[in-house]
Amino acid sequence: MDIQEDVGRKLPTGGEKIIQCLEREGVEYIFGLSGGAAMPLFDALVDSKIQLVLTRHEQGATHMADGYARSSGRPGVVLVTSGPGATNTVTGLLTALMDSAPIIVLTGQTITPMLGKDAFQEADVTGITYPVVKHSYLIKNAADIPRIIREAFHIATSGRPGPVLVDIPKDIGQGPCDAPFCDEIDLPGYQVTTRGAPEAIAEAARLLRAAKRPVLYVGHGAVISGAGKAITTLAEKLRAPVVTTLLGKGAVDETHPLHLGMMGMHGTAYANKAVAGCDLIMSIGGRWDDRITGRLSDFCTDAVKIHIDIDPAEFNKIIRPDVSILGDARLVVEDLIPQIEMADTADWLKQCEKWRRLYPLKYPKQGGLRAQHVLDRLDALTQGEAIITTDVGQHQMWAAQFCRSRSNRHWISSGGAGTMGFGFPAAIGAQFANPDKKVWAVVGDGGFQMTFAELATASIHNLPVKCLIINNNFLGMIRQWQEMFYENRLSGADLEGNPDFVKLTQAYGIKAFRIRRPADADRILREAHEYDGPCVVVAEVVKEDNVFPMIPAGASVSEMLIEKPKHTLPKPSGST
Amino acid sequence: MSAATQLAQLSPQIHTISLFVNNAPGVLVRVALVFSQRGFNIESLVVSPGAEGRFARMTITCSGESEVLEQIIKKLAKLVDVVHAIDHTGDLAYETEIALIKIECPLEERTAILQITEHFKARVVDYGADSMILQAFGSSEKLDALISLLHPFSIAELVRSGKLLMARGKSTT
Repeated sequence: MDIQEDVGRKLPTGGEKIIQCLEREGVEYIFGLSGGAAMPLFDALVDSKIQLVLTRHEQGATHMADGYARSSGRPGVVLVTSGPGATNTVTGLLTALMDSAPIIVLTGQTITPMLGKDAFQEADVTGITYPVVKHSYLIKNAADIPRIIREAFHIATSGRPGPVLVDIPKDIGQGPCDAPFCDEIDLPGYQVTTRGAPEAIAEAARLLRAAKRPVLYVGHGAVISGAGKAITTLAEKLRAPVVTTLLGKGAVDETHPLHLGMMGMHGTAYANKAVAGCDLIMSIGGRWDDRITGRLSDFCTDAVKIHIDIDPAEFNKIIRPDVSILGDARLVVEDLIPQIEMADTADWLKQCEKWRRLYPLKYPKQGGLRAQHVLDRLDALTQGEAIITTDVGQHQMWAAQFCRSRSNRHWISSGGAGTMGFGFPAAIGAQFANPDKKVWAVVGDGGFQMTFAELATASIHNLPVKCLIINNNFLGMIRQWQEMFYENRLSGADLEGNPDFVKLTQAYGIKAFRIRRPADADRILREAHEYDGPCVVVAEVVKEDNVFPMIPAGASVSEMLIEKPKHTLPKPSGST
Repeated sequence: MSAATQLAQLSPQIHTISLFVNNAPGVLVRVALVFSQRGFNIESLVVSPGAEGRFARMTITCSGESEVLEQIIKKLAKLVDVVHAIDHTGDLAYETEIALIKIECPLEERTAILQITEHFKARVVDYGADSMILQAFGSSEKLDALISLLHPFSIAELVRSGKLLMARGKSTT
């Protein structure tokens, strides 16, 4: 290149360089909301093939990126401005961290000379977000851009995935950047072990061979690593029942004869009885969450425990396993399979089947429209082909019980953080990632109102996403707890003042349906399912209904409630 | 009972952790948050550049239950900026600390103070009209003992460096 040419060559701005780096990472969409400090990046997007999805609130953007990531396995990217724009992403970061979702959040920041001087829309965003990110960066030098973006994607997507935040001062975005692209990763403090140690795998295999009543407990790690096929093979070889966590749904087909459904607080009675009665439990990418174990001193006290996890910090955190295997769930299970022999567990499986017959999931068929009925019909309609996202609360638990997930990454729910407002934007993100699939958000009236402004996002992109609102005009799970444990002294549970959700939806130019009678559920759900565009179905369900089975927080399986108790119960001792 | 034994009984689980970290902004906050999330108090903290400027060393002492500490070490090791985190509790690592002790003392008390100073191989680094500053090196327990002997006198100020530690032989710090 001669000097003349070099002088004429215009260096990209930092903002342009960042967008070019994102293009190199294969980013298709950015979910975001603009603002002053982020303008250099938004400007660079004008000439990029990356499509900007303009959201109505930054929280919505983070959940969209999360839904995009969880449904596709590819990282979701968020771009917001400084100060309040950035702080509005905190809930989404926590949600992604708790559920190991790979998202990259790019935040605008004030110019570097003004850092720490209370500039307009300045917030110490890296400081505010330390506890809710896997890692974060504040770019102080444009030359670091390519390295930081490469590292951010590597960290977010490898090992146990999680959110990474990159804070970008406006002068860095605006100024020139002549640093070359970077492909090298040099992170001495970040090593990921994917292959399990052969000794640990051999020991686990020995224990599995000796087990008479084994249970495979499948968590989100199995979904993330795509371990489902291997787990199914292992379960069939061992003839062991499979139970799943809320987030593990879909890794193994829930209609498989060995699958007992979801375990834990609102899991099926038969899954919980199998866990309580097993002589060996192996967690495959599960973290023994308090919603799973209940009272620890009573949890699988005599059973051998094996724990497979890619995150070493999960070992010995809640339980002390007999064997822990550090590695990727799929690779570890694949290494285990050749060491397993056909086991004779006929009596054990017979016992599990007996429990399945004795304690089926059930709900009253009379007394008006029930959420369980609507979700049961949604399951019959979608047959596991649709991606289902949920919000948080009663509808979430009913959906988990009645919508049986058949394939990986088709069930997306906020588990660890329990973030209300997650379901609808997550479905939008999932729909962007999966344009050819049907995507249904199942939400409650409470959570929907936290992020319903994203109806506009669905509308302008004419996304075919469907949203089913289970409307009982209550924060239903709160009402259920107050009824059961607080002598029905309702406090902050009644959502009096709810809008008419059909009219609200129509105000955004979106098609809306209403289900009032059980007999209408099939027809209306089908009509919505086949509608070519966004639509909302409002199911006006009975106001006071409870989710069962239920193991009160901090209790054990022996205290599981199959139906409504006659008396007020003692207040639960477990976490929330 | 010696002062060191007394202290050991008061806080039965003092842990010493060495961290090898990236020498970068924010690393200290990330490390401190792992402790504060579990309600662990950091008793002492020493940060210094490593042999390569790219890395830094932290030596942290804290007290708390061993089981919780196991999780803390794992969470520290998990931080992207932490290359390694090692619990040296119970190791025969070489440990040392520096203390500066300012004592307000009339002339008649000085003989007794100087006797103690000499016994502990401490040095007088400032000799003023109404006060003096002692500088002492040694294990944290030894410094605890020295300070406890000086308590009857008027200690105006006390500054300790915090524990420094290095694993012996081929072991990694």
